[in-house]
Amino acid sequence: MILPLSTPGEGGGLQDVFRQWFLLRLLVRKEIKVRYRGSVLGLLWSYVKPLMQFLVYFVALGIFLNLQSSTPNYAIYLFSGIVLVNFFVEVLGNSTRSIVDNRDLIRKIYLPRELFPVATLLVSAIHFLPQVLVLVGASLIAGWTPSILQLGAVVLGFIIVGVLATGLGLLFGAANVYFRDSENIVDMILMIVTWASPVLYVWTMVERALGPYFFFYQLNPMTVAVEIFHWGFWYPTLKADQFAAVPVVQGLVSVWTPVALGVSLLILFVGQLVFRRLSIRFAQEL
Amino acid sequence: MQDRLLAITCKDVRKKFVLRHTRSLKEALVWLVRGRKGDMWKVFNALRNVSLDVYQGETVALLGLNGSGKSTLLKLISGVLQPDGGTVQTRGRVAGLIEVGAGFHHDLSGRDNVYLNGAILGMSEKQIDEKFDSIVEFSEIGDFIDTEVKFYSSGMYLRLAFSIAVHTDPEVFLIDEILAVGDEPFQRKCIAKIKELSGKGKTLFVVSHDLDLVSTVCERGVLLEHGEIVMDGEVHDVVAELRARSAKQL
Repeated sequence: MILPLSTPGEGGGLQDVFRQWFLLRLLVRKEIKVRYRGSVLGLLWSYVKPLMQFLVYFVALGIFLNLQSSTPNYAIYLFSGIVLVNFFVEVLGNSTRSIVDNRDLIRKIYLPRELFPVATLLVSAIHFLPQVLVLVGASLIAGWTPSILQLGAVVLGFIIVGVLATGLGLLFGAANVYFRDSENIVDMILMIVTWASPVLYVWTMVERALGPYFFFYQLNPMTVAVEIFHWGFWYPTLKADQFAAVPVVQGLVSVWTPVALGVSLLILFVGQLVFRRLSIRFAQEL
Repeated sequence: MQDRLLAITCKDVRKKFVLRHTRSLKEALVWLVRGRKGDMWKVFNALRNVSLDVYQGETVALLGLNGSGKSTLLKLISGVLQPDGGTVQTRGRVAGLIEVGAGFHHDLSGRDNVYLNGAILGMSEKQIDEKFDSIVEFSEIGDFIDTEVKFYSSGMYLRLAFSIAVHTDPEVFLIDEILAVGDEPFQRKCIAKIKELSGKGKTLFVVSHDLDLVSTVCERGVLLEHGEIVMDGEVHDVVAELRARSAKQL
């Protein structure tokens, strides 16, 4: 059989990554092994850190600012938003650094460079799992009875965040090779993201403040994903007379979920496009 | 020679490097505004109009002094860099002994690193499973294979890395500075292995400053100077030419 001539280093984008499934798996396993190396608690840190974060917010906002009086089951409300934001923060933060961190490899051996951001997505998803287990446990204790539709929506919310964070990660990860300012911009985004979505407060407060411009707030896919998580985890723990306290955003499933998915996919598309253009010169710029 | 298949073909390949003087967005903007655009970068031509055909089964030594563009050409062939002009094409899988151990992770065991590095060099899970014992044997690592790589001596580290690379079994082999590997007995073993590969009809493309060694491994020599091919022929003739040229510079 005669093999055809081919151009070395011609990337096929994200599809290429999935053709390298074996390598991707090894990279993910490496990250997981290496992350908590030499630590006594190991993977337990994936539980401890978000729980501590949750406690800080719960004490400061729930008890001191007394948000728990107006929001029933505030602990579950808070935690379901926090786990999702943590997932976003981890994917975007790590994938932004992933290209520069793997510079030794990228400078010497050709691999589809998208492998590195995608590997961070998978690693973060694996760290996300124990947090969701805690959330499910807590919700069950509070009397969680979700419908199939709500469970499906939760999965979709998770996918929206994964797509959004990967898209932004590709964009800023590629830019980071040329200008390290990119890391700082991302740090800023990560700082804002908890507050730009209804994680700590409820969305009705925003609607009151923004009035007709509320749709602008809803265009953020993160906001919609957090609301989906509230709808899936928090609402099913409420009693009938508590629903009125914080209603579900109008058109959450029918309008905002498709919009959020669309926005996220658009960002992924743009991120991939920019990444492919910039990745041609990664080896010489690093 | 014409009835043989091309393994590597470069046509009018140009590569220039832009040496940027800043990596900060602020500085770049300030310089742009102040009209100091010229300060931002300097252009360096690493390769100018290089055309080169290598046929399957050939053993080619790429020779030249430091800065002549050898490593750049190697990186273009491996796909790490992309040319600014012209085309580079290769047939079949290309793998290199370029800076062995680039894919190693210090906190993983030798075993994990064999799998990780093998996969990075393009091997499948099955191929690595099959060749694992042979890789360990060739590297002479023995029982240390389950020890973390950071505890290896530098010799062990290089031996394992080299052993993985020679077991990847690509069609085209790119080799940069083979002699950086291990002590003399191991070097002899490596050279024997490389000769064995070329005996099997693999294409070898070697960059080295060890002129005596490349004359024994390779048949054809290509001399690069300032990014241009100045001579292409039998390896001993090319080595003699390079020696004459460097003597003149002294």
